[in-house]
Amino acid sequence: MGEHIIELKNIYKKFDDQHAKAAVLNNINLYINRNEFLTLLGPSGCGKTTTLRIVGGFETPTSGDIFYLGTNINNVPPYSRNINTVFQRYALFPNMTVEQNIAFGPSLKHKSKAEIDKGIEEMLELVNLKGFNKRKITTLSGGQQQRVAVARALINKPGVLLLDEPLGALDLKLRKEMQIELKRIQIESGITFLYVTHDQEEALTMSDTIAVMNDGMIQQIGTPEMIYNEPKNAFVADFIGESNIMKAIMVKDYLVRFLDCDFECIDADFGINKDVDIVLRPEDIELLKPTEGKPTGEVVSSIFKGVHYEMRVICGDELILSHSTKYYEPGTIVSIDVRPENIQVMHVSEWSDTIIGAKRAQLRSWEDAR
Amino acid sequence: MKKSSKLLAIPLIIWLAVFVVVPFVIIIYYGVTVENDAGVISVSFENLKRFADPMYLKVFLRSIKIALISTMVCLLIGYPVAYILSRSASKYKGLIMLLIMMPMWMNFLLRTYSWMSLLENSGIINSILQALGLDKVQFLYNEGAVTFGTVYNFLPFMIMPINTTLLKLDDSLLEAAYDLGAKPAQRFFRITLPFSMPGVLSGIAMVFVPSVTTFVISQLMGGGKVPLIGDIIEKQFRVVNDWHFGATISLVVMIVVLSFMFVINRTDKQDAGERSMIL
Amino acid sequence: MKKKMSPLAKAYITLVLAFLQLPILVLIAYSFNESKSRGVWTGFTFDWYAKMLQDSAIMSALGTTLVCGLLAALISTIIGTAAAIGLNSMKRKAYNLTLTVAYIPMLNAEIVMGISLMMLYTLLDIELGFFTLLLSHITFCLPYVVLSVMPKVRQFDYSRYEAALDLGATPSYALRKIVIPDLMPGIISGFLLALTLSIDDFIISFFTTGNGVNNLSTVIYTMAKRGVSPKLNALSAIVYVVIMILLICINVIPKKDDNRNKKRVAERN
Repeated sequence: MGEHIIELKNIYKKFDDQHAKAAVLNNINLYINRNEFLTLLGPSGCGKTTTLRIVGGFETPTSGDIFYLGTNINNVPPYSRNINTVFQRYALFPNMTVEQNIAFGPSLKHKSKAEIDKGIEEMLELVNLKGFNKRKITTLSGGQQQRVAVARALINKPGVLLLDEPLGALDLKLRKEMQIELKRIQIESGITFLYVTHDQEEALTMSDTIAVMNDGMIQQIGTPEMIYNEPKNAFVADFIGESNIMKAIMVKDYLVRFLDCDFECIDADFGINKDVDIVLRPEDIELLKPTEGKPTGEVVSSIFKGVHYEMRVICGDELILSHSTKYYEPGTIVSIDVRPENIQVMHVSEWSDTIIGAKRAQLRSWEDAR
Repeated sequence: MKKSSKLLAIPLIIWLAVFVVVPFVIIIYYGVTVENDAGVISVSFENLKRFADPMYLKVFLRSIKIALISTMVCLLIGYPVAYILSRSASKYKGLIMLLIMMPMWMNFLLRTYSWMSLLENSGIINSILQALGLDKVQFLYNEGAVTFGTVYNFLPFMIMPINTTLLKLDDSLLEAAYDLGAKPAQRFFRITLPFSMPGVLSGIAMVFVPSVTTFVISQLMGGGKVPLIGDIIEKQFRVVNDWHFGATISLVVMIVVLSFMFVINRTDKQDAGERSMIL
Repeated sequence: MKKKMSPLAKAYITLVLAFLQLPILVLIAYSFNESKSRGVWTGFTFDWYAKMLQDSAIMSALGTTLVCGLLAALISTIIGTAAAIGLNSMKRKAYNLTLTVAYIPMLNAEIVMGISLMMLYTLLDIELGFFTLLLSHITFCLPYVVLSVMPKVRQFDYSRYEAALDLGATPSYALRKIVIPDLMPGIISGFLLALTLSIDDFIISFFTTGNGVNNLSTVIYTMAKRGVSPKLNALSAIVYVVIMILLICINVIPKKDDNRNKKRVAERN
């Protein structure tokens, strides 16, 4: 891979007014490659925005180091860092026009008028806002403001562009359009993006690399496919996509027991008869006639979702969620089948109990309904 | 901005220390001390006892009585005005509001003199009464005249904050009350009035405080016959030159006023400064 | 649910407005009355306006009022605005304490403020006069400025300041170019509020001026002991009109802001 444009080493962060509370960031280690689109993904309060603000220079780490192209920038103020930010609510300057907003950065660097004008035109073209030069910020729609915010940051040709939940304020349709737009802009401009969001779909759509965060720690770093298909623990599995998470026993290499049945799997090296967690994605669960598969259960709900049916099956003391194009009426007894490569075995983690507990609570409410 | 900007508050803090806190301390100091003939100053509550004299107490109680009556009258006149304006869609609303606050920007001494020229024995109103063949009425130089003067001067202070809070009352709240079966009177007493309470309280504070301490209105409208506590304080400093006794009375007044404000502001801190809403 | 006023409501509002405006109209009428006495109308004249202009006591009081008003408004606006920004980044306790003390001049009885300041100047051996008048006016204007600017500071989107730093602005440049323009409506209304309060004040001026320095309020008080001169009526009619214009300005500036917001919302939808 290319060189590391940003590198965070052993970053800890505690805020002043927190009395003896856990650190906001607990030993963050992360690097970003040049031209990479890296997303920090996690629930609110997980420390992703604080991480971004440390890179931007708006917060200083309690301990640890930040490097920009190998140089330590711990003490460099935000205005001297070659890094720019797209803020959550855009933070455009309302007393200036679109053009004045975009020109704010270059004019501070004493660029010539001609150069700035050329830059503005390039940027407006890049973000599809040609001809908006003289418009007042207050007359723009949310999506347009978003584009101006991107242009205002990118005109400075930053080494890294930081984006703090930039699509949070937009409605669903616009958000989906802007996801594609931002990815296009990133590829066209060739600038490294560090993106923060709590929206897993957004992260999966745009990122080259995703870092899933929780409790001030990075839980897993990898490509979207890796994060989705091979979650490292119950938290990641639960946070990304829909999932069936269960306690299981790794009987031996390539054999795991759950729902009182032994299943073949492709994982090894967990030991003999070890407690593990497994995750099964709903689309990987096949529902068959009772005679055709191993564990059996009763369908309790069947909802048409367009492409597939979303069905819930009570199987022993688990509630199994399955997405399938084949319809079974509630009350039908079915059997369950999963292909070995679709069983993801994970080490037991600190979140297992809460997450599996929540799934159990769902099961109980379905049992009561039945 | 976050860290270094705290320094920006320093000039204000210094200013407050010198011009608010120190004078506060001076009043307390003078209020609880006396100076004997030899010029020796000692701590004593003698002045407090002096203030408890029926002569002064009577003035003090009269001030409070007049202020309370004025405040009630302002509330009774002012609330309907604020209510009507906040509920109306009239395009003249802004103008009416301006007309209500404008008298406050005419020098209040002159406003008061002007009322005197209307109300005095040979004044306009009595001339009209005479022309109609009626008897002259002695309007001025009694408690009623002083109350009238304070009501006139401070009425806008009651209307403005009530109007400001009532404007914040969302129509959907009233519609919901309708929807749930409230009759107009129930709607007013169960929704509108409780909602406007912060405004009412700050209105009360803004009328009561200047009324209880005024000394000019009582001098003019009361013709010196109805002295109020403000007149006594003024006399101690401008005529008798007894700072200690003046400070003692001021201290009592200040305690009354500030504890009154404290009670009122407990309800809604924001409204402490509704006076600025006048603009 | 908002609707036209009922006739009863209209009559009531008219009555209250008449009560409030009556003495002012009478006063302005008298400024055109030939006779010096209040009771009789002898004919229309502009004489009092001319005489007022020649009256040195009134003119110097007018000068004092205006200079004191402008200076007090300017200084309290600078100190108050800076403080509003500073207070907002202070810790809760310090913030509450400072604000409570700052609001005392507004909450306390004016007469107590006036005499306590007078005692302060006397004890510090500062001669009562224009300087003490100005200091006192700044003191009672400050809370109103802080109060006007504070909501704007609270509304201010802090990330705009960070955005300016992010784009290469130094903290002081960002303060001047981004923060202050955003607070401007609050600063302007704070300034105008301070100006009108200073022009209107009597009680605090009465106790804290001296040595023959008078502003309009104190000169009216002194002169009126010998009966209100129509010259004063003429002057106050002028002052009234000027303040009315000021008031209209204050009321129009925030409305413009509102309209812009409404327009923006409309366009967005």
